[in-house]
Amino acid sequence: MIHDQANYERDGEGVREPLLSEKGEETVDVREDSPLPDDLTREELTLPNPSEPETARHYTRLSQMNWSIDSGPYPLGSCTMKYNPKFTEDVAADPNAAVHPDRSARSAQGILELQYRLQEALADIGGMDAVTLQPPAGAAGELTGILVAKAYHEHHGNDRSEVVIPASAHGTNFATAATAGYDVVELPSGEDGRVDLEALEAAVGDDTAALMLTNPNTVGLFERDITEIAEIVHDAGGLLYYDGANLNALLGRGRPGDMGFDVMHYNVHKTFATPHGGGGPGAGPVGVVDELAPFLPTPRVREADEGSGYERFEPANTIGKVHGFAGNWLVLIKAYAYVARLGDEGLADAAAKAVLNANYLAERLDLDVPFGPFHHEFAATAGDRDAADVAKRMLDFGVHPPTTKWPEMVPEAMLTEPTEIEGQSSLDDLAEAFNLAYADTDEALDSAPNRTAAARIDQVGAARNPRLSWQALEEE
Amino acid sequence: MSRADGTPYAPHTDEETAAMLAAIGVDDEEELFDIPDAVAFDGDFGIEPRTEREIRDECARILNRNDDLTEFLGRGHYGHYVPSVVDHLADRTEFLTSYTQYQPEVSQGFLQALFEYQSMLVELTGLDVANCSMYDAATALGEAATLADRVRSTSGDVVLVPEQLREGKRAVLENYCAGADLTVEEYPMADGTADVDALAERAGEDAVMLYAESPTVRGCIEERLAAIGDLADETDALFTLGSDVVALSVLESPAAVGADVVVGEAGALGLPTAYGMGLGIFACRDDFLRQVPGRLVGASEDANGDRAYTLTLQTREQHIRKERATSNICTNQAWVALRAAIHAATLGPDGLVDLANDCVREAESLAARIDDLSGAAAPVHDRHHFREFAVRVDQPAPAVAEDLEAEGFAVHAVDDHLLQVCVTDLNAGKTDGLVAAFEEVL
Repeated sequence: MIHDQANYERDGEGVREPLLSEKGEETVDVREDSPLPDDLTREELTLPNPSEPETARHYTRLSQMNWSIDSGPYPLGSCTMKYNPKFTEDVAADPNAAVHPDRSARSAQGILELQYRLQEALADIGGMDAVTLQPPAGAAGELTGILVAKAYHEHHGNDRSEVVIPASAHGTNFATAATAGYDVVELPSGEDGRVDLEALEAAVGDDTAALMLTNPNTVGLFERDITEIAEIVHDAGGLLYYDGANLNALLGRGRPGDMGFDVMHYNVHKTFATPHGGGGPGAGPVGVVDELAPFLPTPRVREADEGSGYERFEPANTIGKVHGFAGNWLVLIKAYAYVARLGDEGLADAAAKAVLNANYLAERLDLDVPFGPFHHEFAATAGDRDAADVAKRMLDFGVHPPTTKWPEMVPEAMLTEPTEIEGQSSLDDLAEAFNLAYADTDEALDSAPNRTAAARIDQVGAARNPRLSWQALEEE
Repeated sequence: MSRADGTPYAPHTDEETAAMLAAIGVDDEEELFDIPDAVAFDGDFGIEPRTEREIRDECARILNRNDDLTEFLGRGHYGHYVPSVVDHLADRTEFLTSYTQYQPEVSQGFLQALFEYQSMLVELTGLDVANCSMYDAATALGEAATLADRVRSTSGDVVLVPEQLREGKRAVLENYCAGADLTVEEYPMADGTADVDALAERAGEDAVMLYAESPTVRGCIEERLAAIGDLADETDALFTLGSDVVALSVLESPAAVGADVVVGEAGALGLPTAYGMGLGIFACRDDFLRQVPGRLVGASEDANGDRAYTLTLQTREQHIRKERATSNICTNQAWVALRAAIHAATLGPDGLVDLANDCVREAESLAARIDDLSGAAAPVHDRHHFREFAVRVDQPAPAVAEDLEAEGFAVHAVDDHLLQVCVTDLNAGKTDGLVAAFEEVL
C-alpha cells in the first residue's frame, strides 16, 4: 500500500489519484467526419484523453491502492480467496482459447474437448452425473440449478411453489429463489448451528420444490444429519440443492452427490482458485444427477460417435440459456488448469490444509468462537465490541479483515476463512492482528483505519447522497 | 502427507503441520473432518497431477485442435484489437487477485476504476446512472425486464421484443421473464429494423417494456428510435435500448431518443473474442436508482474530508435484502469493466469515434464488394450498417458457409439463403481473401 507519494493530490491529510476526467477531457465533434447522416448520430462525445504513459501511471497508482491476495491474507469468510496460480493466466491467454462462440463445432474441436474434460472432472469431484459450464457466476449457477429443478417439477406435473432455505444461507439463495419465481420459506437454525430436523420436517411439504443447503454451512459446521435431511426433502417430493460456496472444505473428502444432493453449483474462484478480479468474472458450473440432465441449458458438449471428436447438443427438455453465449470461458480454462495441477491428492490436501488452518486460527484467537468443530471457516464473535470497528482496526495491522456481521446467528460475527494457502507464520500474524484490534481502546477502534490510502469512509453519506459518476460530481 | 504429494499452494512443512495439529490438540488432520462415514468419500477421481509445464503443453495441444480460421462472425459478440497496455495494466495482480470491495479503505484503486467506468457509460448513454457491470448483454436485458416489472404500474405483463432478436439473447430473457410472470412477445421488423407502425398497433396497456436494438442483430442502424421512445411514453412502457460501447460512441444518444434503460455489451472493448465471454452494460434514468440491479460505486468522503469511493446503495442487493433484492447478481464482471475502461482511456474520444466510423465504412465497403459477385446480394437491408450485414445467396446458405469454412473463413448462416458477415479492425485486412473465397464457392 502506497501511503505517501509526491504525485498524489492532497485534499485533507490523505492522498488520492485524480480522476481521469480531472486530468483532462476532450470533446469530439462526431458529425464532422461521420459516414452516417446527422439524424442518426450524436453531436459530440466528451471523454478523457490521456496519453498512454499517463494511462499507465493512472492505473498503476490505482492498483497500488488496492488489496489483493498477492498483497497478503484475505480471510473473507464464505468469499474464499485463495492464491491464484500464475501459470493459469498463461494457459488462458492462448489465442486459440479466444475464438468466436458461433464457430461450427467442427472448427472448434479444441475448445469442445477442453470443455468436455472440465465437465467430466467437475462431475467426478461433485459426485454428479452431468455438468453445464454456461452459468457466468456462482449466483447464475444457483439460478440455473433452481430453474432446472423447476423445469423438472413442471415436466412431472408437480405444482410446487416454495424453496426452503436456512436462515444462515447466503443472500444469493433467497434472491435466486425469488428470481426463479418461488416463495421463500426460511428455516431457523438449530441450537447447535445446524439444520434442526424437526424444523425441517415442519417446513417441507407438498409445496416444496427444493431445499438449498450449504455443507459445511456458513459457520463451517458439517451438517452431520445430511442423510436424514436428504430423506426428509426427498420424501416430501422436493429436490436437494447444494450451494458450492464451501466445497473447498470437502474436496476429495466428501461429494455432494453421495450425500443425496440432486443439483449443485461450483464457484470456481472459491474452490478452484480462479482470480476474482475485484468482483468477477466468475463462473458457476452446475452439476446434476441423471434425472435432471435433460433440463440443463443448451448447448452441452459430448463425445461424438466413433471417436470423431466432440459435438454440441441440446438437452431434450432444456431450460434454454442463462448466458447469451457460453459463459465465462476464459475463467473456466483456469479452473481446468488448477484441477490438473493438483490432481486427486492435491485436491484432498487442499481440503485438509484449509480445515487445519481454520481450526488452528480459531484456537489462537482471544475472541469467542461459538459452535464447532469447524471445517474451513468459523464465525468468531466480537462480543461487546463492534465487529466492523475491529475489522477497520485490523487494516492498520497490515491484514485484510474477515467478513463482518454475518451470519446473523452469531452476534457481531467475524466470519473467517484463511484457506489452505496461509502458512503457520501467516496465521500467527493474522491472529495477532485480530487479538490486538479486539483488545484495543474504543478510541483506536473508532478512528481506524489510519494507515490506509483512505481513512474511514462515510458509507451512510454515500447512500444518502448518491454520486455515481464524475458528471454527478461536476454538477455540484 | 508432505508438500511433495499435496497441493503445491499450501506452504506448510511437515514440522509446521505437526506443530499446528499439536496446538489444536489432535493427532492428525483426519480428526478434524466431521464427515460421517456413510457419506465420506475415499475413492479417487483418477485425476493425475501434472506440472505447470505439462498442463501448458496439454492445453495448448488441445486448443490447437481448433481450425485456423479467419472469423467474420458477429451477431452480438465482437472482437476489436486490444492494445497491449490493456493487458499489462489490468493484469497487475493487485487488480486481478482482489475480491469485491467490502473494505473500501483498502480498495480505493478498484473502486475508482469502476467509478470511472460508470462515468464513461453515463457519457455514452446520456443516462444518469450506470452500474459497474452485468454478465453480458443477454442477462442485462433480462434484468431490464424485471426492472420494468417493478417500476411500471401498467397492468400488463408483456415484454415486446423485435422478431429478429438473437436466439441466445431471447432464451435468456425468457428465463428471467418466466420467474417474474412476464411474457415475451415479438413485434415485426421491416427491412432489418423495427416496423414502428406495426409496433404502434401492438403496443398498448399490456406492455411493460419495449425493447429495440441499434445496431440490430442484422447490423442495421435503427432509424426510428425516437418514435419508439414516444410510443413507450404514450403507453407508459419502459423503453429499453440495446447497443454496445463502440456504436454508442457515434450513434444518437439513447437519452435523446427517450431510452429509459440501456443494455448491451461493453466487452467489445477490452476483451478478446473469448468464446462468448462478455461485459453487460446497464444504465438507466435517475428515477430507477433504487431499483437498479447489480453493484454501484459512489463517491463519498473519508474521515479526513478527502474524496473516497465505496460500494453504495447495497440495501438493493441480495446480501442485505435477500429475496427482496432487485436481482440475485453478486459476482459481476468487474475486472472486465476495468479492461473496457482502460481500453476506452487508451483510445480517447477521438480513437473511439474513429473505430466506430470504421465499423460503418468497412461494412459498407465489404458489402459492396460481395454485392458485385454473381450469386450474392449485399447488404440485404437498405439501411446504414455497423460492423455487419446480411448477404443473400442463391445457393443454400449453410452449404456456402461450409464451403467458406473449407477455404479458411467463418461466417454465419442465418437461414436457408441468408448469410451474415461481420468486419472489424481485426479482420479488415483479410477482406480480399474473403471476397476471393466467396467468388470461389458461389
